[in-house]
Amino acid sequence: MPNSPVAMANHEAHDNPALLHHFATEQQQKDAASLGMWVFLATEIMFFGGMFCAYLVYRYWYFGDFGAGSQSLSVILGGTNTAVLICSSLTVALAVRAAQLGQQKVIVTCLILTMILGCVFLGIKGVEYHDKFVEHHVPGASFHFPGHIPAHPDVPINQQHAQIFFSLYFIMTGLHALHMIVGVGLFAYITYYALHKRYGPHYYTPVEIAGLYWHFVDIIWIYLFPLLYLIDRHK
Amino acid sequence: MFQTMPLWPVRASTTANSVDALYIFLVVVSALMSAAIFTMVVYFAIRYRRQQGRRAEQIEGSHALEITWSVIPFCVFMVFFGWGANIYFKERKPPQDSAEVYTVAKQWMWKFEHMEGQREINELHVPLGRDVKMIMTSQDVIHSFYVPAFRIKQDVLPGRYTVAWFRPTKPGTYHLFCAEYCGTSHSGMVGSVVVMEPKDYEAWMGGGGSQPLAVTGQQLFTQLGCVTCHRQDAQGRGPNLVGIYNKPVLLEDGRTVIADENYIRESILQPAAKIVNGYKPIMPTFQGQISDEQLNALVAYVKSLSQSSGQTGGKSMAAATAQPQM
Amino acid sequence: MATAAVETGERETYLNREYGIKSWLLTVDHKRIALLYLMSITLFFFIGGFFALLIRLELLTPAGDLVQADTYNKLFTMHGQVMVFFFLIPAVPAVLGNFLIPIMIGAKDLAFPRINLLSWYLYIIGGVLMLYTILNGGVDTGWTFYTPLSTEFLNTHVITAGLAIFVAGFSSILTGLNFVVTTHRMRAPGMTWSRLPLFVWAHYATSIIQLLGTPVLAITLVLVVCERLFHLGIFNPTLGGDPLLFQHLFWFYSHPAVYIMILPGMGIVSEIVCCFSRKRIFGYQAMALAVLGIAVVGFLVWAHHMFVAGISLYAAMIFSLLSYFVAVPSAIKVFNWTSTMYKGSITYQTPMLYAFGFIGLFTMGGLTGLFLASLGVDVHVTDTYFVVAHFHYIMVGGMVMAYLGGMHFWWPKISGKMYPEGWGRLAALLVFVGFNLTFFPQFILGYLGMPRRYWDYSHSPEFQILNVLSTAGATVLAVGYLLPMIYFLWSMRYGKPAPANPWNAAGLEWMIPSPPPTFNFDLEPVVTWEAYNYDQIKEEVPVAQ
Repeated sequence: MPNSPVAMANHEAHDNPALLHHFATEQQQKDAASLGMWVFLATEIMFFGGMFCAYLVYRYWYFGDFGAGSQSLSVILGGTNTAVLICSSLTVALAVRAAQLGQQKVIVTCLILTMILGCVFLGIKGVEYHDKFVEHHVPGASFHFPGHIPAHPDVPINQQHAQIFFSLYFIMTGLHALHMIVGVGLFAYITYYALHKRYGPHYYTPVEIAGLYWHFVDIIWIYLFPLLYLIDRHK
Repeated sequence: MFQTMPLWPVRASTTANSVDALYIFLVVVSALMSAAIFTMVVYFAIRYRRQQGRRAEQIEGSHALEITWSVIPFCVFMVFFGWGANIYFKERKPPQDSAEVYTVAKQWMWKFEHMEGQREINELHVPLGRDVKMIMTSQDVIHSFYVPAFRIKQDVLPGRYTVAWFRPTKPGTYHLFCAEYCGTSHSGMVGSVVVMEPKDYEAWMGGGGSQPLAVTGQQLFTQLGCVTCHRQDAQGRGPNLVGIYNKPVLLEDGRTVIADENYIRESILQPAAKIVNGYKPIMPTFQGQISDEQLNALVAYVKSLSQSSGQTGGKSMAAATAQPQM
Repeated sequence: MATAAVETGERETYLNREYGIKSWLLTVDHKRIALLYLMSITLFFFIGGFFALLIRLELLTPAGDLVQADTYNKLFTMHGQVMVFFFLIPAVPAVLGNFLIPIMIGAKDLAFPRINLLSWYLYIIGGVLMLYTILNGGVDTGWTFYTPLSTEFLNTHVITAGLAIFVAGFSSILTGLNFVVTTHRMRAPGMTWSRLPLFVWAHYATSIIQLLGTPVLAITLVLVVCERLFHLGIFNPTLGGDPLLFQHLFWFYSHPAVYIMILPGMGIVSEIVCCFSRKRIFGYQAMALAVLGIAVVGFLVWAHHMFVAGISLYAAMIFSLLSYFVAVPSAIKVFNWTSTMYKGSITYQTPMLYAFGFIGLFTMGGLTGLFLASLGVDVHVTDTYFVVAHFHYIMVGGMVMAYLGGMHFWWPKISGKMYPEGWGRLAALLVFVGFNLTFFPQFILGYLGMPRRYWDYSHSPEFQILNVLSTAGATVLAVGYLLPMIYFLWSMRYGKPAPANPWNAAGLEWMIPSPPPTFNFDLEPVVTWEAYNYDQIKEEVPVAQ
């Protein structure tokens, strides 16, 4: 039978100030945080999944108009952004490695680089959005997307279908950008603590799970880029 | 007993008989299963209530029982599924020679147009013993065409046609309800379906004086200029529409589709969506230029172009009554 | 560290450790958070219940003579939204789950206590948005928000209602996340998966659904809000969109949501039946697998809400078939509970009365689900009162009864006081009778053809008698719900102090004092026994307290 209630509390002495009271060991805390982030990312997959679902349905139905919309996006800017994000995933991975090895300066450097790259991404995104605004490709009253379907010079673009493409474009990339802003904010917070030498081989969980989050945001973009920018481009 | 405290609406269609048979079967089986469980629970609760000197007997479980009471209910469920699916399969396939009524639903009324041209609002007259196919669309939000006495229901959507059919078996007047919440007067969007003896129905029809829907369609076909491209010889810039209804159509992207009511409707409103093989995408769209009623007339006309070659399409109830199919 | 309790010499519990509003609003103790939730969901339960009362009053007469049509449409919409998103979904997990899961697995708290508090604040923010919506004119889309009605044709507060539910959804997601990680990582030594109480298994399965399903609702609401704000056309056929896409996305969440609502209740019933039969559950493995099976298969059946919506014939057939699959594990559970009573030593305390009620009413609700899964019958009864009766049998006859049973069962542990048993049994009886009188007539009403969401039925006065019966039942039900509110509050001051284990029940939560100390266990328990070890517990349930 189990222990009976004892008058005095009997907590373990915790050497590590980062160990929270309700965990028995540091390993348990780390495992919990890790699993928590993976589970959270699963929910994010479902969140974006709904939009991908809508996208897939309309792309199947309105392929030509989606192709036209896609080809009005800049592959150069989008491709650059893809490279930027992949590099930022590299810097994040290096930051985690540095934390595991206790290389304090490297941690901070890599985190700052990651944030810079993230902001570069957001900046380029801003330029793209601006372009769309100027060209009247933003859904709404002033939406205007003249032209014809790729490889079919005699078939005009259906404005409604094109507007659906751009609606999905803005919502999907917009939500992605929102997640990136949150990510940059997270890294700012972690960099602050890294500057105070909080992380090392004994405790680097926040760096690791923030890194996981960032990798996920990167992977979402790796799907978004071809689906939005590269429709029917081979012709 | 069932007159004063009815458990189901009057049965006024062939479908009603099938559905009620399945329903009663479900009620009986469910009542038996519930009674079995309730009896066991009550019996155990009393028989095994706490008594002095007797302790509960720990029983881990029984694989055999678990399997038995998974498999047997599952088999019963499969009967429920099969029977219900069978009824539904027939419900979703209107018989070939059904008479047709075009329906436009809007907040908050039902507009019907018979092939002979009669228009009705909220009240639908149909003859006894004929198959009737409702071809329905909505002008605004989703509604649902529900006649409890026939046991049929079908959502009516904006932007496309949905179809329901029934064969009335009992003269009388029956409730028609809108069954999909559609705003303020959803509960006011009610009407009736009046089933008449064939003689009475013909008399009612005769008093109309309106022109058949397909003729209205033909007039529109000319007025709107359709006839200039869709000629009945091989020289039109658009495909010849004679005989196309319910037949496969090869599109220029390689797909083959069936030219049903929704295809015809879409071709008028969004011609670029499906281009027939060998033709250019030059047809202008008529979206926003014609009403749902005019669209129905055009569809009815195009379908009527298949009638002379012996195919179905746009049968009127008058034509149906002239050749009894009992 | 000095606590308020130590100063007065009382035993330290989670209730007296600290006083003051700040100690509650900034708590990270899962037990205090559970009570914060208890107060909030109770408030919303009565708001939703008040709307229901107005609905039933209106339906006493065929004519729409109590409120206007638009008002009525708002009443049933907000009754549904408040009850589903602000009561049924959070109630058991956030109150009983939060309180009990760490204790049941031998932990000091959930894995993420601060996220737990965040969950409650998100719930409150969502709740405030919902209250704002209600007080500023309401929303009348129906709880299902079908497009294009909700996006193009209504002028009510669709956006704030959508946002309220969006925020509450995140509360739900974070609770699920906490439970999953807690169950995986925080079990005490010896507490293996096969020794977990079924209450924990049920919440684990519920959490999986919350995690995977709620985000889809979230994105669907985002799309609806964007559509309304910017006139986009994703779900609007006049702009090239498809209203059925909305329905698929909505039901992809909302069907599994009903399992979020019922699975925790099933967990409660397992605990209660075992205790009051003095027996280990019959078929522990099957019961655990059944909740997982329901969670998984529950994701595959959503379009059975769309049989007449305009989906293809073959899609309808597939979803009908799959819907029958999901009925099998539910049936197994009912059989196993019944078998647990076999050769037990049964007593009839209030929690057990609620468990009996659950078994009976859930069986009826589940069986009527089979009617709805059958395509031929569904065409006739979908969108009628038959569906309303079906889901109320499960949600109210099942879920709310399980919730009340659980509240009575664990009230001594939570509050340290006993509730008055006589009043408890009376309330249980009133709830059972009132419930059946309210909802059984609605099955008949539905088959007779009365559609849902009808403010006025003066064209069909033959529906009146059944509506009158239903309303009469609703008043009895209301009394049955008010009684526990009153006597639970009464018991906090005047109730008999509860011992650690007033029921002589099995489970770690009964081995610590009532109410528990803040950190639950003084020494981390090492579990060496199976769940429901009633073979090792010599005592029976104590006779009338």
